[in-house]
Amino acid sequence: MSNEHLNSVNPNDIKYRRKKNAEEMKHQVITFALMIFLTLIAFVAVGYDGFSSWFTVPFILLLAAIQVAYQLYYFMHMSHKGHEMPAIFMFSGVFVAIITVIAFMTIIWW
Amino acid sequence: MHAEEKWTAETWPASPERQTLEAKNKFTGFWIFLGGETVLFATLFATYLALKDKVPSSDHMLAKDIFEMPLVFATTMILLTSSLTSVYAMYHMKNFQFKKMMLWLGITVVLGASFLALEIYEFNHYVHEFHHTFTSSAFASAFYTLTGFHGAHVAFGLCWILTLMIRNGKRGLDLYNAPKFYLASLYWHFIDVVWVFIFTVVYLMGMVG
Repeated sequence: MSNEHLNSVNPNDIKYRRKKNAEEMKHQVITFALMIFLTLIAFVAVGYDGFSSWFTVPFILLLAAIQVAYQLYYFMHMSHKGHEMPAIFMFSGVFVAIITVIAFMTIIWW
Repeated sequence: MHAEEKWTAETWPASPERQTLEAKNKFTGFWIFLGGETVLFATLFATYLALKDKVPSSDHMLAKDIFEMPLVFATTMILLTSSLTSVYAMYHMKNFQFKKMMLWLGITVVLGASFLALEIYEFNHYVHEFHHTFTSSAFASAFYTLTGFHGAHVAFGLCWILTLMIRNGKRGLDLYNAPKFYLASLYWHFIDVVWVFIFTVVYLMGMVG
């Protein structure tokens, strides 16, 4: 790639990019607030005695899965263009991970 | 393109972490590594779940006896916040604001170090208060291996970010080191991803019983 078109930027370009970056940062802060909120709900659900563990366990696992999706897609930018390969690697990893956990919890020790 | 040529905020590319061929290769390679890490931690989680509360005699402590909510809550909040501060660092990296990036990376390191300090205190507390040591039961071994492996990742991440900060402290941003900072922040987020499952599966599910 040549540098010529990079060096001949017009002054509005940087303003536009800064604005875009600032907007993305705002979304990241909102994502963070949601993650903290989900974490608080999980801790409250465990601290509160009224729920049975049959409800609490799947519920906090669901909250964790949502939070990890936020982390991957927003904080780690997997929602951006050019992340097809990362998606393949991560989904393959998650696929093997789920099978491993199921195998260990069902076949091996019971 | 010369990776080490001087840049200004105006000429700095929009995606500096994937501008050069080397950076693109690193980016792909690092995600392969993270996919592998996912599987690695899955085996440790699977082992922990299979061996949870498996103790040789009834005088050993179980998960619901040893975990305390305030400490887990504190470590969780610290690590989650450090994830946001490293997002801020990458935001300034994309805006070509080197000093601000370094400041936010520094805050990330401080938060990571306080997480590690709390974890060391926690393990020390378990060993002396409950005689919950690495060799005391299958449950304890699985617990310390899983959380200790995560703690080791935090320690490694701290050394990585600190090394990058020291080595590039006077260099400023260029296309040679921007991908390095970016990958270190990806690693830091991944540590947070693993912690989300640790606090849910190990601590919260442990307190549920």
